[in-house]
Amino acid sequence: MKTLKSAPPTALLGMLILAAVLVTGVFAPLLAPYGETEIVGVEYEPWSAAFPLGTDNLGRDMLSRMIYGARNTVGLALLTTGIAFTAGAALGMVAALKGGWTDQILSRVIDVLMAVPPLILALMLLAIVGPSIPNMVGVIAVIYIAPVFRLSRAAAMNVVSQDFIQAAQLRGEGTLWLLRREVLPNISSTLIAEFGLRFCFVFLFIAALSFLGIGIQPPTADWGSMVKENATLITFGDITPLIPAAAIALLTIAINFIVDWMLHRASGLKS
Amino acid sequence: MPPLMKLISSRLALGAVTLLAVSALMFVGIELLPGDLAQQILGQSATPETLAAFRAELGLDQPAHLRYLDWLAAAAQGDFGTSMASQRAVADLLSTRLTNTMFLACYAAVIAVPVAILLGLLSALWRNSLFDRSVNVGALGAISMPEFFVAYLLVLFLSIRMGWFPTLARIDEASSFGDALYRSFLPALTLILVVIAHMMRMTRAAIINVLAAPYIEMARLKGVPRWRVIVLHALPNALAPIINVVALNLAYLIVGVVVVEVVFSYPGLGQLLVDAVASRDFPVVQAVGLFFAGTYITLNVLADILSILSNPRLRHAR
Repeated sequence: MKTLKSAPPTALLGMLILAAVLVTGVFAPLLAPYGETEIVGVEYEPWSAAFPLGTDNLGRDMLSRMIYGARNTVGLALLTTGIAFTAGAALGMVAALKGGWTDQILSRVIDVLMAVPPLILALMLLAIVGPSIPNMVGVIAVIYIAPVFRLSRAAAMNVVSQDFIQAAQLRGEGTLWLLRREVLPNISSTLIAEFGLRFCFVFLFIAALSFLGIGIQPPTADWGSMVKENATLITFGDITPLIPAAAIALLTIAINFIVDWMLHRASGLKS
Repeated sequence: MPPLMKLISSRLALGAVTLLAVSALMFVGIELLPGDLAQQILGQSATPETLAAFRAELGLDQPAHLRYLDWLAAAAQGDFGTSMASQRAVADLLSTRLTNTMFLACYAAVIAVPVAILLGLLSALWRNSLFDRSVNVGALGAISMPEFFVAYLLVLFLSIRMGWFPTLARIDEASSFGDALYRSFLPALTLILVVIAHMMRMTRAAIINVLAAPYIEMARLKGVPRWRVIVLHALPNALAPIINVVALNLAYLIVGVVVVEVVFSYPGLGQLLVDAVASRDFPVVQAVGLFFAGTYITLNVLADILSILSNPRLRHAR
């Protein structure tokens, strides 16, 4: 609680926005006036009392889809980042602990993954497996294993060179025990700040893929594809299609504020 | 300088190996796919005859390594196969779109690079001033926005409200150079804004890093004028990071092109790639993906080599 009070206003604002989005996502069915895919009016109805943000290209309520979109877009981004982190951190720690061939092979594969722009790699992989939600989550998770692996390997390298690891190894502890009890607690603070940053990238990435029509597939409501579906309205000077895009930007800025503060705190505590 | 040549050739070799690995990626990926690719695309209801014909078209009746070597040999001669969707040669599909994409990327780069470096330099010099802070907030905002949001904002204000520029960037061989510049201004501006934000932040960080070095303090203490400190003491040492920043952002530009082209229906490679992925047109995806990956890898290798060359400690091995 004390640390929360010392947070700068930007970080507090960030947390407020993040909390609002999370609450909206969790309680989406209670908050939304209409169903996610329910057709409730004619196409492109203007803003009114019945439809606060009008209706979309198929006559679905925009506001309801925005609310469900919070759940789908943010939920999938969290899931993807979670998978990438678990796998990336585990592999990175294993590489640092084992060294030798394990480290060499893993590092070279990761080098290749990092050498290709993520969007291009994702497009090539999605062409192979076909666009669908589980495939998209898998592909993005695989791509983002690479940076997490690099970070956790570098952080774990500093830990495994220390005496207590050798002591534990001499005691005869297994690899899993070493990773969980000796390495992970020492690199977790680095990983947590990285999680926020990677979540932003993954979130923007999913939005971009969905906008391109090869991420989250209709009729699932999602902020990226909502922009795409209703883009025609912009040519009539209507700002409605920009609302989901603005929501994406707002959430990313909010998380950046929080991460900045966390990184600042982490560096301040070290010096 | 044999050690330098060795360093450079090892970087080049590494780049070539990476590119080769990427080109094999799709073949390996298709091989790893559960079940048969033809079956997966055509669905369960396909007759055995169509399946067999489709397999032959994809070359799936041959082992993967042979298919890959065949493709590689043909690609080396400029033949990237035939598009499955349009039945046209991939090389023909690519040629005009390649020019268009390069035009858009160069257009953005020519404006973005000098502006970004200037902004980065100024905000590093006037650190923590009002100018520095407002430029930084603007950059953070631009980075956090998805590219399509920036693009549609520009469309809404500069095109719909003001009516200065067309909403869609349709250009073809008939459009003159000036006309093409005008029509593709909005997509170029989108790219410029996004890239400037990244480049400016990285330039600022690089300069500040150098300005914190003890020899800069030494120069100040002995009374060297401010401009001399910047131009003669700081800049030569900041050159390597700045070159790196520029190359990295040009690489980023090449990728950013994909989303921007789709927003403005710009007839470039990015749009071709997205369409090909949606229709799972493998030869096109392979060729275009490889082009983007190749450009990205080349720029990164170039950044590496240039920063080695700009560093006397690496240039003259002891």
